Amino acid sequence: MGIYSKPVVFAVIATLVILVGTVVTVFVPMFMPSTQPVSAYVKPYTSIEQEGRDLYMREGCNNCHTQTVRPLRTEVLRYGEYSKAEEFAWDRPFLWGSKRTGPDLNRIGGKYPDSWHYRHMHSPQSMFGKSNMPPYGWLAENKLDTSESFRKTQILGYGYTKAQVDQQIADYKAKVTAPDYDSKATRDEVTPAALRGELTEMDAIIAYMQKLGRDVKAMETQQ
Amino acid sequence: MNDTGYDYSVVRGFAFSALFWLIAGLVIGLWLAFEMFDPALNLTPWLSFGRLRVVHTNGLGVGFGLSGIFATAYYMLQRLTRTPLPFPGLAKAHLWVFNAAIAAAAVTLMAGMNTTKEYAELEWPLDVGVVIMWVMFAINVFAILIKRQEKQMYISLWYLVSMTVTIAVLYIVNNLEIPLNLYKSYSIYAGGNDANVQWWYGHNIVGFIFTVPVLAMFYYFLPKATGLPIYSHRLSIVSFWALIFAYLWTGAHHLMLTPLPEWIQTVAIAFSIFLIAPSWGSVVNGYYTLQGNWDQMRTNYLTKFFIIGITFYGLQTLQGPLQGLRTLNAFFHYTDWVIGHVHMGTMGWVTMIISASFYYMIPRITNRELYSVKLANAHFWLILVGQLAWTVTMWIGGIQMAAMWKATNPDGSLMYSFLDGLTSLYPYYRMRFVAGIVYFIGILVFAWNIIQTVRQAPAATSEA
Repeated sequence: MGIYSKPVVFAVIATLVILVGTVVTVFVPMFMPSTQPVSAYVKPYTSIEQEGRDLYMREGCNNCHTQTVRPLRTEVLRYGEYSKAEEFAWDRPFLWGSKRTGPDLNRIGGKYPDSWHYRHMHSPQSMFGKSNMPPYGWLAENKLDTSESFRKTQILGYGYTKAQVDQQIADYKAKVTAPDYDSKATRDEVTPAALRGELTEMDAIIAYMQKLGRDVKAMETQQ
Repeated sequence: MNDTGYDYSVVRGFAFSALFWLIAGLVIGLWLAFEMFDPALNLTPWLSFGRLRVVHTNGLGVGFGLSGIFATAYYMLQRLTRTPLPFPGLAKAHLWVFNAAIAAAAVTLMAGMNTTKEYAELEWPLDVGVVIMWVMFAINVFAILIKRQEKQMYISLWYLVSMTVTIAVLYIVNNLEIPLNLYKSYSIYAGGNDANVQWWYGHNIVGFIFTVPVLAMFYYFLPKATGLPIYSHRLSIVSFWALIFAYLWTGAHHLMLTPLPEWIQTVAIAFSIFLIAPSWGSVVNGYYTLQGNWDQMRTNYLTKFFIIGITFYGLQTLQGPLQGLRTLNAFFHYTDWVIGHVHMGTMGWVTMIISASFYYMIPRITNRELYSVKLANAHFWLILVGQLAWTVTMWIGGIQMAAMWKATNPDGSLMYSFLDGLTSLYPYYRMRFVAGIVYFIGILVFAWNIIQTVRQAPAATSEA
């Protein structure tokens, strides 16, 4: 009786059947610019921010934090302007998440000073006694590995030269180790003495936090 | 039927792998459940919630789920084709490669090698291993079907074939990435496209691991265990094709109200609603199979696993599409409601069907009687009560969280901080932990029952 006695034909037909929805809703949109539009306002991550993003992924922060503000009144009130497609043009992979055990982070950049983040990463419970976020103080005990930073930006197509990447790293290091850094006291508190003159993983993940949503804020003030 | 020549050693190997990963995955689940109301258990980086959660989902979804599927698939394939495994050595290698891959997955995920794409978190060298493992399985599937002695392919075989091809497509497309080194890679897709590919994968990997092969078990083991033929062959044909056609359109209901183009979201909603029909086709087929024999719910310990299991499948496939509706999704998404939804499917439907299939299959492949029907009944009630308490707690918690996110004061400002909402859930998280313990005890009873079954002396053989 037909295809139920022809396994290879059956497998081919089954494959074609599952490919219909796949082609229409997944493959075709890949070639439509509207799926992932680009905007001149949205800049690629700097090397330090990208290192921070990789740490965000390593620690699985996306399991508790989303990065997409929905166009709903209470959501905009809580987090800020809703997320636009253009913002994610450089995101490989996307980190929108699927569960909010903690708040959305797509508008976290610039919301708090670096010192807030140093203290919070070090011990969320010291700021919010009942928070269930794991403490990440140990990120400050790890020197940031920048040996692959340039290759990362190459793979991700950010278009930086080796010199630019080195400069970004040197600039950020100069910023957080400067005597007049506005968050120096807190950074020194959470960073072991031996690493205070170096870039740590904590520095990088905070740089990433401060980038999130920043370009959109710049776009809004321009318009 | 003469059993000569059938290779059951690989069936047994995968069955015990399933039990091992089930228990390991549940221990990690309990650890995570505790971390949700008391962060003190984030003892080391590799035990921190963000890293451990993916070990739980991969360990149970892939470690337990897939090994349960492979165990029953190698059994059903041989019985339904009346043909011994064409390549038993390859199947044995498959068993070892599979377990090595899951162990390596657990270690690398704890070490933070995580691509963050849900249920596809493994880094690229392990992706290659998974593909090799899948090809090893597929070779036996197609070889046995080509060599089969039975002309017609029974329903269960359709489901197994469609799983074999679809998982391959999903896994390869979603895991295309550019390696940086052995431990790190970047997705080839950016932003909205990456999200769209990921949830097309994420939704369908659930569909073709937690639905399709579990339906294969249901259609095979329900008639075997009850002695009753499936109610309608025609209904199973319609349900099968409608299910595998519609499933692939629905992934974007996971991306409702995100920046993904609205038309993709709306198409996903439409097909999600449509999916109720083929899902319930199988539910109805199961219920009507019992027509006139409902006393088996009392007299046959296996029947209630299958019928209550398919009932949770039915509830799951109603709840899912409703959650996908834009207005309801705006309320429920990102809360613990969805966690409750997932666990009704996994702890209710998937585990009940795999449990009952093992209870039917293991005594037959080892030529022993089941150690204890009484323990099997205890197992049933413990996992039923544990699962219900677990999921209902999370649904209530999810509703509360969503309501607190949305609550506003008369002047239009937000009534609660994010932390207010979260901390109000801690009592529910504690209850969920207790429910998880009850469920875990049920699973220990299951494992004990199976282990004691194979440790008995073989039953006296009636055939010479």
